[in-house]
Amino acid sequence: MTENKAPASGSILVVGGGIAGLTTALEAAEVGYEVFLVEKNPYLGGRVAQLNQYFPKLCPPTCGLEINFRRIKDNPQIKVMTMAEVTNVSGAPGDYDVQVKISPRYVNENCTACGECAKVCQTEIESAYDFGMKKIKGAYLPFEMAFPARYVLAPEIIGTEDAVRCKDTCAYDAIDLDMKARTLDLKVGAVVFATGWQPYDAAKIDNLGFGKVPNIITNMMMERLAAPNGPTQGQILRPADQKAPASVAFVQCAGSRDENHLPYCSYICCMASLKQALYVREQYPDATIYIFYIDIRSPGQRYEKFYQKVKDDDNIIFIKGKVAAVEAAADGAVKVTAENAVTGEKMSQIVDMAVLATGMQPTAAEAKLPGEINYTEEGFILNDFQKGGIFAAGCANKPADVVSSNQNATGMALKAIQTLAAK
Amino acid sequence: MDKKYGVYICTGCGIGDALDIEALSGVAEEEGLPVQTHPFLCSQAGVEIIKKDAEEKGINTMVLAACSRRVNFDTFRFVGSMVERVNLREGVVWSHSRDKFPALTAEEKENEDNFDRVQMMAEDYLRMGMARVQKVKLPEPYELETFTRKILVIGGGITGISAAIDAAKSGYEVTIVEKEDQLGGQANNWRKQLPLSYPYDATLSPAIGDKIKELENYSNITVLTNTVVARMAGEPGNFTVTLKKPGEKIEFDVPYPLPEEMKVDESGKELNAEQQHEKYLEYNKGRVDILKFDPNGEKFGAVVLAAGYKPYEPAEGEFAHLGYGELPDVVTNATFEKMAKAGKIVRPSDGKTAESVVFVQSPGQDNDTDFEYAGAVTSLVALKQATYVREDYPDTGKAYVFYQHMRTPGLQENFYKSIQQDPGIFMTKGEVTGVSKNGNGMVVEAQNTLLGEKVNVRADLVVLGTGMVPATKDDPIINLAYRQGPSFRDNITLFNGFCDSNFICFPYETQRTGIYAAGAIRRSMTMEESIEDASGAALKAIQCLESVNRGMAVHPRSGDLTYPDFFFQRCTQCKRCTEECPFGALDDDEKGTPKPNPARCRRCGTCMGACPERIIGFADYNIDSIGSQVKAVQVPSEDDYSEPPFRILGLVCENDAYPALDMLSLRGLSYSADVRLIPVRCLGSVNVIWIKDALSQGMDGVFLLGCKHGDDYQCHFIKGSELASIRMKKIGDALASLALEEERVAQFEVAIDEYDKIPKIINDFVESIEAMGPNPFKGF
Repeated sequence: MTENKAPASGSILVVGGGIAGLTTALEAAEVGYEVFLVEKNPYLGGRVAQLNQYFPKLCPPTCGLEINFRRIKDNPQIKVMTMAEVTNVSGAPGDYDVQVKISPRYVNENCTACGECAKVCQTEIESAYDFGMKKIKGAYLPFEMAFPARYVLAPEIIGTEDAVRCKDTCAYDAIDLDMKARTLDLKVGAVVFATGWQPYDAAKIDNLGFGKVPNIITNMMMERLAAPNGPTQGQILRPADQKAPASVAFVQCAGSRDENHLPYCSYICCMASLKQALYVREQYPDATIYIFYIDIRSPGQRYEKFYQKVKDDDNIIFIKGKVAAVEAAADGAVKVTAENAVTGEKMSQIVDMAVLATGMQPTAAEAKLPGEINYTEEGFILNDFQKGGIFAAGCANKPADVVSSNQNATGMALKAIQTLAAK
Repeated sequence: MDKKYGVYICTGCGIGDALDIEALSGVAEEEGLPVQTHPFLCSQAGVEIIKKDAEEKGINTMVLAACSRRVNFDTFRFVGSMVERVNLREGVVWSHSRDKFPALTAEEKENEDNFDRVQMMAEDYLRMGMARVQKVKLPEPYELETFTRKILVIGGGITGISAAIDAAKSGYEVTIVEKEDQLGGQANNWRKQLPLSYPYDATLSPAIGDKIKELENYSNITVLTNTVVARMAGEPGNFTVTLKKPGEKIEFDVPYPLPEEMKVDESGKELNAEQQHEKYLEYNKGRVDILKFDPNGEKFGAVVLAAGYKPYEPAEGEFAHLGYGELPDVVTNATFEKMAKAGKIVRPSDGKTAESVVFVQSPGQDNDTDFEYAGAVTSLVALKQATYVREDYPDTGKAYVFYQHMRTPGLQENFYKSIQQDPGIFMTKGEVTGVSKNGNGMVVEAQNTLLGEKVNVRADLVVLGTGMVPATKDDPIINLAYRQGPSFRDNITLFNGFCDSNFICFPYETQRTGIYAAGAIRRSMTMEESIEDASGAALKAIQCLESVNRGMAVHPRSGDLTYPDFFFQRCTQCKRCTEECPFGALDDDEKGTPKPNPARCRRCGTCMGACPERIIGFADYNIDSIGSQVKAVQVPSEDDYSEPPFRILGLVCENDAYPALDMLSLRGLSYSADVRLIPVRCLGSVNVIWIKDALSQGMDGVFLLGCKHGDDYQCHFIKGSELASIRMKKIGDALASLALEEERVAQFEVAIDEYDKIPKIINDFVESIEAMGPNPFKGF
């Protein structure tokens, strides 16, 4: 009776190891297919690995990641490649030739993650994971729960004495300074791009002061500030002077719903700010929060319930109005100027810090992907289900929250399988 | 399988520097087990030694004392052998550095009254590991007697049709059941529909007709209209489903569990099992019991529940302030849609043209919420319906949309922007405060609008943006012949009737294995979202089939080949396992003997934790495997040392708490070296016998460390940590009877990222135990 075979044969390539890519890869592999999961970072988890908590449950993303990593560990059908990028996709649905370029990690599988290399490395680099708010050693583990649990040598230290020090101290011969980039050829039947998103560059929004005033931060930076493994060990502090903020303003639609920047709604920023307002309120029971918004978009009854809960907090003040300017005020404070959309009054509010709810831009907006792909004007990948073979999942396809991304990513696993079944 | 043991100790990553490896090896030798040490066990050379032993000496049961089982999982995977990972690195050495827990000096060693807490810890963990492997075996997968790959789709609307096509395209046979006499569902009532794809800027002619036609291309899809599920019995891979005509009464209609109030007599005393069964039979007269399978039932392997929604029907008097019920020209959006589908929009009151139409998105009354069950869909629907007014009356038609929040998330913003271009459609934020009759028409009053503080709009028709009520709100629909009842469990209390999942990462996981909900039954969704959701649910149904066929568990223990095994001779029919299983995997018979349905089971072990007779276990996880680890802990007494160290047992959830413990070691944090931790599948699997055993062998305290419970539970098995906390509350009496303080047992909640909090949690508990003094049973 038992057949250990999937109903069709062939492999699936998933590009991007964030939550959507992980989901597509795991869901397909657990049907019985071989899956190659290609991630450009040295770790899996993508954007969600940088988040402190998910809305609306306020639970840590690492909880779900840990389960997903365990599913990978238990399933030899999934082949994970990190520091890897797909450079070429050619062929037709059911039969693609793919090239994957793997950049050198300078650390091989001997690594036990013992951490001795980081101890002797003297060079410090900016942590991209923490949006530059933290310095890390040139030999580093991306974060505690990183998968694979293996160190990385930053390219910056290669060729320096530091690299040699790291190599010499390693008791396990895990450091290979001669490691070169290499290219891998794969044959697959279907490709799913789950290349995700990047925070829209807030410095491009001239009137909102980001990059000019240190106490104006983005919502993704706020996630890192609130995270226990972040630059401040979870303490929300003003970047300029490490002061505990007594008031925080959230500026919604920072770049989104704006013809000059992102013409669409980025889906998650309202919920993200509501959640972050609670981060602040939990740490500072007397702090006041101002949320400047156009519309609160809390779709679905669970999100609506969350919005109502946040609204019930008397220290969280909602102002319907588009922010015209955010600028420096005295003593490191920040001045937010907005027009109240209902009363028409121009108003300004001085706060200790401001958080720009910057939106999501598809990763492919700036770097087009290999293969025959059609995009929206903004760089989201359009799915062509008639043709099949190549699909986009998660935020590569449209702005979405984690729940919808995972629904979408689960469905794309089936679309990939259909391509193999039709072969 | 005859077990042949081998113990391998890694001395790398600081283990050899911190511990007396010779003494540690001695622990294995004492048991007569061959032991080897290696400076770098996870290296190729290290692994080769183990492989060679397996080949040459037939060693098939390995105890690897090295790093956490969370790392090097692939390196230390030896197919066909049993591997126990003793966590010396993260669990002992890294979390108890010699800086903070100094080793004994040569001089101190000479005095036998001195001891080394960290060494003791390592030796205990090795003993525990060796004890466990004796009590476990390799799993044999559970095989269903009959297995079918056929998928049942409940609901023939857009979601059901899409799921069926998706499954059929992947090579599976599908049956759609639809309660109406035609396919199409709610979409049949629409004039136009929301966009389905980029650029999302215009309404479409309804796509449902084409989708129904597309179905005809698939010979592996069967459509049954005028059909509902009377009952669904069995388990994934082998459901027996009885179908019937809507409204029919048949003997295979599913019986319902006895309501709580009927389980007691007039004085409020609980009836005994026999009396309850009698009441149950009476309550379900004319319906056969769940354990009798319909011989004419159809076999299905997995189910997609796509029963959709019903438009919200306001109750009598509801929305009276908006004139609903009072004024015939105030209608819901569903009624308006039907009117628009039938022809030109006219006023229901007098059949005259309705050229000025006001769309109300929120019932207001000092509240900015949309109508109940609106989701983000009703905003979009109002925009769509506003275009009907303009279609029917291009020159004179005016549509006004009053909203508190315009909800067009994501790329749907394009649709909003495109509608904004129409000069006859006016949109404003504002709270509608009243609708009243005014001469030949009506007047709508609103406040705090973008057009002014107070505005009045003359209207021929007022449309309320009421929501989409999931079909499961008041009907189980799936009608499961399960002892726990016919429906999903969480949906009424947590999700307002929706069949949603509580998990953000795993949106299709619910409490009923093999049944996956999709579309508007999960959340208010647009057609585009429903079509997408259908693909995901179809994938999950297929994945469940294929997993069951391999004897494997589905999420979250995907791939697990173990399943609960019952020693029925000792069952006392207490029904606790049946009642506590979070997934309703057990059905008991009239006597109360449980009937397991392994394919429904998620392998959390809650049944094992619940069983007072301890007759439930898994091949590699059972009462004895954990119990023997507890017993392997050495509990020093005053016979050994003048001031013996305390011994505290921690039973730790392996999903979140155990990884958090690994993390704290990576960060150089520490906790008391007097605790001994044992990972468990879920706190729900913790049987109180382990706690009693620990205390009766002289351990001073026991704690459970696991996930948060409550509405936002983080337990991967939904109920595990909550059930454990109930059991822990009850354990107090048992402790009192042993003359022990109930504070010796505690449960703590921790999230996976709260590793920085764990040291304090553990140390505070240890201190509180120390303040209480040693367990009086110590040394007996």
